Parts: sequence; C-alpha cells; structure tokens
Amino acid sequence: MKSRRQTTFIAGACLVISLIMSILILRRVDQTRPQATLDEVLYISSPKVLERASLGYNGLMADIYWTRTVQYFGQRHYRSAQSYNLLAPLLEITTHLDPHLLVAYQFGASFLAPKPPSGPGQPDRAVQLIEYGIQNNPNEWRLYYDLGFVYYMELKNYAKAAEAFERGSRVPNAHPFLKLLAAQMAQHAGEYETARTLWIATYQTTRDGHVRSNAVEHLRALKVDEEVTRLQSAVTRFGARTGRLPSSMSELALAEGLKGTPVDPDGNPYKLNSEGRILVEHPDDFSFITKGVPQGYKPAPPKFHVQP
Amino acid sequence: MSARIVHIASNTFREAVRDRVLYNLIAFALLLSGAAILVGQISIDIKRLVVINLGLTAVSLFGVVIAIFIGIGLVSKEIERRTLYTVLSRPVRRWEFIVGKFFGLAGTLVVNTFFMAIGVFAALLFVSHKFARPDALILVALYFIILQFLIICALALLFSSFSSPLLSAVFAFSLFVIGSFAEDLRGFAGMAHGLTRWLASAAAYLVPNFSAFNVISSIAHEQPVAGQLVLHNTLYALFYAAMALSGAVLIFEHRDLK
Amino acid sequence: MPVIEILGLEKTYLVGFWRKRPKRALHPLHLTVEEGEVFGFLGPNGAGKTTTLKLLMGLVFPTSGSARLLGRDWTDPEVKAQIGFLPEQPYFYDYLTAHELLNYYGQLSGVPGKDRKRRIDEVLQRVGLTDVKGVQLRKFSKGMLQRAGIAQAILHDPKLVFFDEPMSGLDPMGRREVRDLMEQLKHEGKTVFFSTHILSDAEALCDRVAIIHQGELRSVGAVADLTSSVQSKVEVIWQGREVPPSMKALGAECHVTGDTVRAVLAESQQDAAIDALRRERMRLIAITPVRTSLEEYFIEKLQQSETSVGSTA
Ligand SMILES: Nc1ncnc2c1ncn2[C@@H]1O[C@H](COP(=O)(O)OP(=O)(O)O)[C@@H](O)[C@H]1O
Ligand SMILES: [Mg+2]
Repeated sequence: MKSRRQTTFIAGACLVISLIMSILILRRVDQTRPQATLDEVLYISSPKVLERASLGYNGLMADIYWTRTVQYFGQRHYRSAQSYNLLAPLLEITTHLDPHLLVAYQFGASFLAPKPPSGPGQPDRAVQLIEYGIQNNPNEWRLYYDLGFVYYMELKNYAKAAEAFERGSRVPNAHPFLKLLAAQMAQHAGEYETARTLWIATYQTTRDGHVRSNAVEHLRALKVDEEVTRLQSAVTRFGARTGRLPSSMSELALAEGLKGTPVDPDGNPYKLNSEGRILVEHPDDFSFITKGVPQGYKPAPPKFHVQP
Repeated sequence: MSARIVHIASNTFREAVRDRVLYNLIAFALLLSGAAILVGQISIDIKRLVVINLGLTAVSLFGVVIAIFIGIGLVSKEIERRTLYTVLSRPVRRWEFIVGKFFGLAGTLVVNTFFMAIGVFAALLFVSHKFARPDALILVALYFIILQFLIICALALLFSSFSSPLLSAVFAFSLFVIGSFAEDLRGFAGMAHGLTRWLASAAAYLVPNFSAFNVISSIAHEQPVAGQLVLHNTLYALFYAAMALSGAVLIFEHRDLK
Repeated sequence: MPVIEILGLEKTYLVGFWRKRPKRALHPLHLTVEEGEVFGFLGPNGAGKTTTLKLLMGLVFPTSGSARLLGRDWTDPEVKAQIGFLPEQPYFYDYLTAHELLNYYGQLSGVPGKDRKRRIDEVLQRVGLTDVKGVQLRKFSKGMLQRAGIAQAILHDPKLVFFDEPMSGLDPMGRREVRDLMEQLKHEGKTVFFSTHILSDAEALCDRVAIIHQGELRSVGAVADLTSSVQSKVEVIWQGREVPPSMKALGAECHVTGDTVRAVLAESQQDAAIDALRRERMRLIAITPVRTSLEEYFIEKLQQSETSVGSTA
C-alpha cells in the first residue's frame, strides 16, 4: 500500500512539473521563431507541389493556409513590420488549394496592391490572383468588382476598371451597382465621390474583418482629403480677394461664412501654417490621407481604428 | 536505474524483432533506391533535394507508424493475453513495467532509424557522389525525428494503459496529425477572444508540438538550424514524454488487471 | 509462523457496459495458512478462487481488507521474490522459447546469472518439459503450457507457491505428475496453496482445505472431515450384455453398450459388487473411483439439508 501511494505521488508530481516545463519551453520556442509555420512557403515555390503533398486533403490544407495568411498579415500589421513579401505566395497557395475561397481573392484585392508601408505594392500580382479567381468562378460578380477596384484604386487604369465592372454586371444575379460603377468610370473617374462609392461598396459587401477595417480607414482618409482640398481652395480664394494669406483658421472660417472652425473626423481642428497650407493635427491617425500633411511627410504603417 | 527496467526493455525489443518489425526496412530501402534511380534523370541540385526530402519524410512516417502500432499494444495486449500475471507477480513495480516498455520501444525505433539513416546517406552518396559539409545537417533532422518518436511512444503507451488498441491507435494518430499543425493551432487560439481563446490556448499547449521538430525542408535547402532550437526541442521532448509516461504510470498503478 | 494471513480481503467488481453495477466476487475473507502446509482452496466455478489469488498477487486491488505473506505486508514488492504463482490457464510471450521465457523471469525475480541456467534446466526437467530447446511457446500444447507455467512458478526456488487450478488441461499422467511435484515441494518445506474445483485432487494431497462458494468461505478443515458426509462413488465396468439382478439389488445405475456394462454405485458397495460379478462369472474390466466435482458436492449437500429439513417436518 505504502509503496503504491509513494509511486502515485511521485508520478503525479512528475506529471505536473513536466506539463509546466513543456508549456514554458513551448512559449520560448514560439518567441524564437515567430513565423516558423511560414518557413515552408519560402521553400515550396510551386503551389502544385504543395497540392500534391497534401494528399488530396486540399480543402483542409487551404483552410490552414488561409489561417496562416490572415495571421501573417495581422502580425505584420500590428508589429508595423515594413515588408509583406510572403503575402502573395501565401494567397496564391491558398487559392490554388481551394480556388473557390472567395475571401482570399478579396483579401488580395485590398492588401496586395498598396505600396509599403500598407502592403507589398504588388498590384500586378493582385490582378493575376483575381483573374485566376474569375477563371475558376466565372459567375461570382464580387471578383469582377475586386478586379475593377484594383484597376481603379491602385493602377489608376480607369478604362480597365470600367471593363471589369462591365464584365461583372453581365453575370447573372450581379449586384446592380456594378452597372452604375461601369457608367461612372467614364465621366467621374478620379473624383472623391467615385472612390467613396467603391469603398462603401467594399465595406458593405465584405464579411472579412480586415477588409472592412481597411475600408473604414480609407473612408476616413477620403473625408479628410476632400475637406483639406475644399479648405485649401478657400485659402486661394481668400488670397485672390485680399492679396494676403489668412492669419488664422478662424479668420478663414469667418471670411467663408463657416460656423466655427472646421474639424477633422476625430474632432481636431484643421491647422493653417505660415505658408497658407491646411494641415491635419495628427496625420498618423489617418493612414491613407494624401492631403493635409507637412512637406516631406513619410506615412506611418497603417492603423485600424475599427478592430477587425 | 533498476536492472528490471533493462530486462523489460530488452524483452520488448526482442518481441519487436521477432514480430518482424524490422522488415519495414526492406520497404524503405526499395522506396529510397527507386527514388534515387528515378531522380537520376533530373538535374543534380534537385536530385539532392528530392533524396533528402523524401528520405527523411519516409524515416519520420515509417517510424511514427511503427511507434503507434507497437505502442498501442504494449500494455493493453499484455493485459488482454494475461502475460502480465506472471510478470507482476514477481518483484516488478508497475511503474518499472511502463518505463521498461517505453525504453524497449524507443530502442527499437532508434535502431530502426539508424538503419534508415544509413540508407539515406547511401542514397545521397549515390546521387551526388560525395558528401558536402551541409549534409551534416541531416543528422540534426534525424535527431529531431527521434525526439518526435519519443513523444509518440510515450503517448501511445499512455493510451494503451487505459483503452483498447484500436481506440489508442485513433487517439495517437489524431494527436500526431494535430501536433504537426500545433503552431497553426496556437496562432488560431491567439486570434480568438474570451473563453474560446482560453480553451483553445489550453488545448493548443496540451497537444504535442511537432511543428518545431520538422526541419526537413529547411535543411534540404541547407539552412542552418539554430542551436537554441536543438536545446529547446530536446528539453521539450524529454518533458513531454515524461508527462505522458507519468500519466501512464498513474493510470496503470491503479488499474485492476482483467 | 503463519505464512499466509488473509485479513478480511474483499472484492466488489463493477460490471456492465454503461451503467456499472457492483458485483461482489469475494466477501470479506479471513484465512490463515501455516508454514509447510499443502492447502487446498476448493470451490465450484465462479466461487471466487481466482479473485482471491489475484488479490494476493496484487493484480487486482481489494475493495477492503489486507493480507500478510511470509510475515510481511502483501504489497511489499520484495516479498514476491519468495513467492511463485501459476495463473489459471497460463499464457506466455509466445515468441519466446521455454528457456528464454524462464531466463527472462529469472532475471525479473533476481535469480543470479550463474545459477540461472542450471535452475532452468532443473525445473524444466522437473516438470517434464525436455526436448523443447528452440521451440517457441506458440507451438506448445495446452498441457505443455501448463507445465511451463509450473516451471516458472518454482524457478526462483520460492518459499511459498500459489497454483490456480494446476491440474486443468492435463491428462491423467500429467495430473499424477503435478500431484507428485506438490508432494515433493511439501517435503522440501515449501508451503503450497492451490485452488481446484475437483474434490479428489484435494483429497489425496492436502493437509487442510478451505471451501468457498459464491464468494463466501464455507468451511476450513481436513478433507476427510468435510467430505465424510458425502458418499463417494465408483464406476464398475464388465463384459456382458445384461445386468444380473444381484447388481441391481446393490442400487447400481447401469448402462449397457454393446457387450460392456457400466454401473455406478456407492463406494461402500464396491466389495459386494465385485463378489456379485465373481459369482455370475462375469469378466471384470475396470473399477475406478468417480471424481466428485464440487458442484456435485454442493448439490448433494443441499439435497441432504433439504431432505433432513423435510424429514423433520
Ligand atoms: N474482472 C471481472 N469483472 C467482473 N466480474 C468478475 C471479474 N472477474 C471475476 N468476476 C466474477 O467474480 C466471480 C468469481 O470469479 P473467479 O474468482 O474467477 O471464480 P473461480 O476462480 O472460483 O472460478 C464470478 O462470478 C465472476 O463472474
Ligand atoms: Mg478460477
């Protein structure tokens, strides 16, 4: 009896100690190789090889790779790492394993094309990815939308964008706004209003948290860009009328008949510098703005204000 | 260590040998020589890559299958056939039996892996006609594979101490597959929130973590392996195997024999 | 000094697949066996004999109670170096030869290397397993396995041996040999504790027996005392085609098959039967005692108690 109780006690203690130690070591391992799961992406150049290696369990492998993609993007994003060089291969592997995983194409449309620090700056690979998706899912209007989006936003190729929206609008059950967008491309390309329509469409039709947060960020930046542009032309008008620059924001507001000083979406007033330029209080809080920043401003890596 | 553990271990080894377990080496040799000859047609770089990738993957899979299929029967089969009666009615402690069985199986796998390793190096010599310095990395990969076997042996033994061979096989094999994606699982858990995050993290840390043991593709590309990883993996394998063995001892210590 | 002291060992199994019900295999058992005794543990199938032995060997754990073996606590692993155990219908690692098996068990029991080989040859000789060198146990017959089982039980020269149904699976010759072996062990000063469900196996050998039925100890004592109330029977076979009336008069149950007649009658009538056959000039073929199994013993006992109850009523 006694020896049995002793063994039980020792084995129990061993179990607990080993369990704790193994967890501690595992945490160390995780710290020393933060993106170890992605190592193989570096070695398996061809998605075809991986497909063969997954022995027919492609769907499962695709899900695993999709998880890795999201995780990789999230990690990069929050740690403000500057390179996203594995994003394209990860998405290509994922969609090769499961060509019907629509969210992956959408993810690529939103994040592959933007230039660093927001993305790897690979609009061509984004187009390639989505075209591959269209080949495999010709009846998914979302993919045509994503394609047009990349052409419009990143490549500024409005003719191609119009063509993509047009192709999409002919798909059965296509969302009616595709026809609208195709038409808008001709006259209103480059206007803030068109961009806003696109981002709102993205926001409303996506189910992916990252894509949605990204759209919110862009809409915020659009609003700032639009307002800064309007205020900047007010400054120009003021100069033409008086022959000098307004001395302060309140003088400009008074002259323009605005109620109070104009504020950005975060509620901070816009500033006016000595050269008559309109500036945003905290440019780093509007990740994608192109206006209202001081000369030589280097954009910080994007932040999401709405958690994905 | 008590001499009885050594005797039990060597009897376990003898059983595996008499059950013709080592015949798997023939299948392994056929596979490897076939591959070596076939890739002989391709360019020199890819030849080396294929031999290392295929060879080491086969070493690992063959070993895992053997570890599971012997391991699951180690205790339950002896209870079922009542061969244990005449062992435990001697001055043998039950924990000595478990530990002896573990070392017997681990020894079988080490010997098996040793022969397979010779095969891999022979195939490598055949396709590239000489050894280069980076080939020493293969030894590290083999070492990791053996560490992985230790964990699987201990787990199979744990399951064998309370469930039937078939169920044990299912458990052990599932854990092997899940464990190979353990890092994904932990990443997954990290993305969840609230209670799910807690449960998922607990599960993710409890399953064996095999992802860090698989360095086959990186050493095939002649990437060095960090010394720290060798240390961590060694410690992890030892502690995890100790944990599973302690569990097996705890269960077996209180079990009535049929 | 008592060699075996069973102090209220009790075992309740949980049976059933889903909702477990308790099943009491052994009621609290108290039993003492002295040094040098040959002790028979008797009971019909399912009485709890094997359960008792498994409890003593530490193979199953008691619901309550304890025991002392050779003056030490029964769970002390070192005690087991002095104990031999033959399980019921033993089965061994079938990939080993008898020599390898015994060598392994010798190692586990701590028999020193230089004695081991000699001891192995000795015990194999003793149980009548010669000519088995190089034969794997999977090729052994049931009787050979039983002999190998006895060999492993006495291999390490234990002071106390437990045999669970040592005669089962053996032919009449084998039974005889096992009986002789147990007698020799007794002469060597060993204590032998063996279980059986056959009365006559115990009668010839035991100093004392215990009778167990449905998990409960019924009586302990010398065999003759316990079984005196039961009439032993003999089987008489002779050549002939009909039963002489004188035999019928003895109360024999007779069966005629071809030209032999078989009759079973009380042992006390044996002499009268032989005389009767001699008078009829019948050719006697055989007289053999009929082995009474404990089931019959109990049936008879129960009948007796019923009839005695009936007659007093
Ligand atoms: N492992 C077990 N689980 C449940 N019941 C058992 C088990 N082993 C024995 N029993 C029961 O205990 C009783 C005694 O069995 P046992 O000791 O084997 O009898 P014996 O050896 O005298 O024939 C029987 O009724 C049997 O069904
Ligand atoms: Mg029995």
